[in-house]
Amino acid sequence: MMNLDYSVLLRALPYLGEGLLFSLQITLVAMAGGIVFGTLLALARLSRYKKLATVAAGYVNLMRSIPLILAIFWIFFLIPEIVAWLIGADHPVQIGTTRTAFIAFTLFEAAYFCEVIRAGILAVPRGQEGAGQALGFTYAQNMRYVVLPQAFRAMIPVLLTQTIILFQDTSLLYVISATDFLGAASKVAQRDGRLVEFYTFAALVYFAICFTLSKVVKRYQARLNKNVAHA
Amino acid sequence: MSLDLNIFFEASPDPGVTYAGMLLSGLAWTVALALLAWVLALIVGTAVGVARTLPFKWLVMLGNAYVEVFRNIPLLVQLFLWYFVLPEILPAAIGNWIKSFDAPWGPFFTALVGLGLFTSARIAEQVRAGINSLAKGQRNAGLAVGMTLGQTYRYVLLPMAARRIIPPLTSEFMTIFKNSSVALTIGVIELTAQAQQMNEFTFRTYEALGAATVIYIIVALTVNQLMALIERKSYIPGLIKQER
Repeated sequence: MMNLDYSVLLRALPYLGEGLLFSLQITLVAMAGGIVFGTLLALARLSRYKKLATVAAGYVNLMRSIPLILAIFWIFFLIPEIVAWLIGADHPVQIGTTRTAFIAFTLFEAAYFCEVIRAGILAVPRGQEGAGQALGFTYAQNMRYVVLPQAFRAMIPVLLTQTIILFQDTSLLYVISATDFLGAASKVAQRDGRLVEFYTFAALVYFAICFTLSKVVKRYQARLNKNVAHA
Repeated sequence: MSLDLNIFFEASPDPGVTYAGMLLSGLAWTVALALLAWVLALIVGTAVGVARTLPFKWLVMLGNAYVEVFRNIPLLVQLFLWYFVLPEILPAAIGNWIKSFDAPWGPFFTALVGLGLFTSARIAEQVRAGINSLAKGQRNAGLAVGMTLGQTYRYVLLPMAARRIIPPLTSEFMTIFKNSSVALTIGVIELTAQAQQMNEFTFRTYEALGAATVIYIIVALTVNQLMALIERKSYIPGLIKQER
């Protein structure tokens, strides 16, 4: 048994807090961006235009068949190339780890959100869309006022569960030495030679957050089911 | 951008190994890790999943706690706990024995246990849901014809539940190959790690990451076909549909 020293944790708390804040920011941005982009992808996959559907399906399947770490390597390499191409620079333009992390997670998670949202849209009875058309709604109006509101209501628990997974996934930013929560814990742990204390603490914090959120989702799901049963 | 496929046949810094050889060695580690962890996950996951459906309250609570712990901590953090924390908090003799395994075996065994148990919690969830989705009469019928609880599970509930959870298990099986890449953080030189190394040695990023991407897609398609085959072979006409 080694000697454990938990006072090192106390001194590092502000730094760890910043890391946690960064993890939460990425989670929220990637959730919002992922749901918006994921909805567009889902609509594209369900579109009558075969080419659009194929492209969207290709993107989603590609993202879903590779590990997130590989996707992070890809996006951190490609973003500077794409930015250079957009602004006409002749060598890659770095936009910083933070911004790239936001983009990487949004692009990757959108594929997973897309599949959730697609299933949600397909679960809305076909007659709903037909009714909208009969009232003279355009495709956009139909989606905006009839299909998506119903789809999202039923999907919220699954979307939140996916967001908890997304929060856990942000720990993988460790591979590009970002200072997310785990990255921050790892940096001080190595500086102080206190791996046991910091990794145990990190695990407890992740557990506390994810466990609480998943309980909230479960309770919300139960309430939703009860409302549906009564309706 | 222009792809240069000849790069794969050039010698890597590893003596006598081409870059293609490097990637294939990475693939071998990925497959070995994912398959062995999958076996561990199936065994433990089935045991925990079954425990959560048994009429013993303390066992159900224990099973629930197991699943919550392994599902609510990121895989990477779990690997760090197994690799960096566990050997330190165990009695010195055991800790030193664990640490005496050199690379690649130390990291590999750690990743195997970590990935296997992480996945087992997800499988336990599917197994429990699969058993609970069966009509209650199935269990009662088994017990009524004089089977013990063990026999009811062995001959009635598990064969039915197993067929029913093949689709979600397919998705978990594909996920375990992807998740095995997290093992690179504790020093397992699997496919993603090899691709990244090749990238650093050659600066041929499109070729290095592209090759790994193509290999992962092939793995995903193979797993998908394999599980579809198992689903077809194990299908009992009429039985499952009638149940729904």
